[in-house]
Amino acid sequence: MTANTYQNSIHSNQISYSTRNLWSGVLFGVGLAAFLDETLFHQLLHWHHFYDKSTTDAGLVSDGLFHAFSWFATIGSLFLFADLRRRNALWLTRWWSGVLLGAGAFQLYDGTIQHKVMRIHQIRYVDNLIIYDLVWNITAVVMILAGAFLLVRTKKKMKKHKGEQRD
Amino acid sequence: MISTSHIHGHTTGAELSEWAQIILALPFIFALIIYGAAVFFSRQLQRPWPFYRIVLWVLGIVCALAAVVGPLAQLAHMDFTMHMLGHLLLGMLAPLLMALAAPMTLFLRALPQGQAKRLSRLLKSWPSRVLTDPIAASLLNVGGLWILYTTPLYQTMHENSYLHVFIHAHVFIAGYLFTVAMIYIDPTPHRNSYLYRAVTLIAALAGHGILSKYIFGNPPAGVPVGQAESGGMLMYYGGDGVDLIIVFILCLHWYRSTAPENFKVNNKANPFETDPA
Repeated sequence: MTANTYQNSIHSNQISYSTRNLWSGVLFGVGLAAFLDETLFHQLLHWHHFYDKSTTDAGLVSDGLFHAFSWFATIGSLFLFADLRRRNALWLTRWWSGVLLGAGAFQLYDGTIQHKVMRIHQIRYVDNLIIYDLVWNITAVVMILAGAFLLVRTKKKMKKHKGEQRD
Repeated sequence: MISTSHIHGHTTGAELSEWAQIILALPFIFALIIYGAAVFFSRQLQRPWPFYRIVLWVLGIVCALAAVVGPLAQLAHMDFTMHMLGHLLLGMLAPLLMALAAPMTLFLRALPQGQAKRLSRLLKSWPSRVLTDPIAASLLNVGGLWILYTTPLYQTMHENSYLHVFIHAHVFIAGYLFTVAMIYIDPTPHRNSYLYRAVTLIAALAGHGILSKYIFGNPPAGVPVGQAESGGMLMYYGGDGVDLIIVFILCLHWYRSTAPENFKVNNKANPFETDPA
């Protein structure tokens, strides 16, 4: 009996903090994508350039804002994660759906608007750039779809739980 | 020496004058002595002061002094990359280390009651509210840098020692105000919400990053392209490094302030304490 109520209470914690689980994931996803972009593509591979002569002013501003935001988001989302843990409210499926949505959305924005429209820099300075662009943006879309799939699953679970509570 | 400074591309032939270095160094030496004296008086009053805070203060002073006096300050006068290193030390790292040393808390402990009250009245005053408002402090800090690097001011600074002293003093003071506006280590009568500070911090960090890349692409007057590029990158990544610490501390305080009640109790209970019952 006690074990049962305990389990139930964990579950309702997860539900009452479902939004925070999602946002912690989204922020971490944005931070993770930006962090990988910086370490992998700028520092290790040297594919991305720090500054591209064709960068528009809007591109410079957008890049700066996203860089600052993702820097804060990485740290903030991990504190949110710790907060969910101390409240017994961590719901990993929902958190991962947020991570995939956040990382995918950031990568898609980076790959379309920032790279192509604002021309902050290209993925790699080579001839068959189109292949890199395609892989980059398709990966982003796949992440968004996977995140959306997990999100729908957690929503169904929440509905089911509410139904059980009513019975 | 005069000829090398010409090779480095500045229109000025003058080295950094000695009196400018001394004037900038003196306040920091004074601050070191005051802090040491305050630790001494605080101990006399049976109020010990944590050793790590003393270390932080000393490190902060060392960073600031390295930027305004001696070989680095001389090089910074001629080489933009070195100037940027000095800027990071004087405007970001030194203020952060010194803010973490909690000088106001120490002074309030060490001062006699009447003077401590006067200090706390000063902290509560309206100018202190204005100067430590996150937006005002960010504008002073990052806005000042935009003016310095996107106008002829940077070049003029090298020809005019008064301007050199003024700008370097401003960089440190603005950096300190910015730090204490974002993270509350000392008693802070004028407090702002975590969200307000977080949003302003992101905007300021963005302004700093954008300026770094702008400098990379548009060297300030008198700065060779190569130096502008390495200086811009140093500013970008160095700023990230120091801001990482500020963001972490802000988030940590935020996290602690929203602790659920049962967690607070559990947290406070000392597991090693023997139960009196």
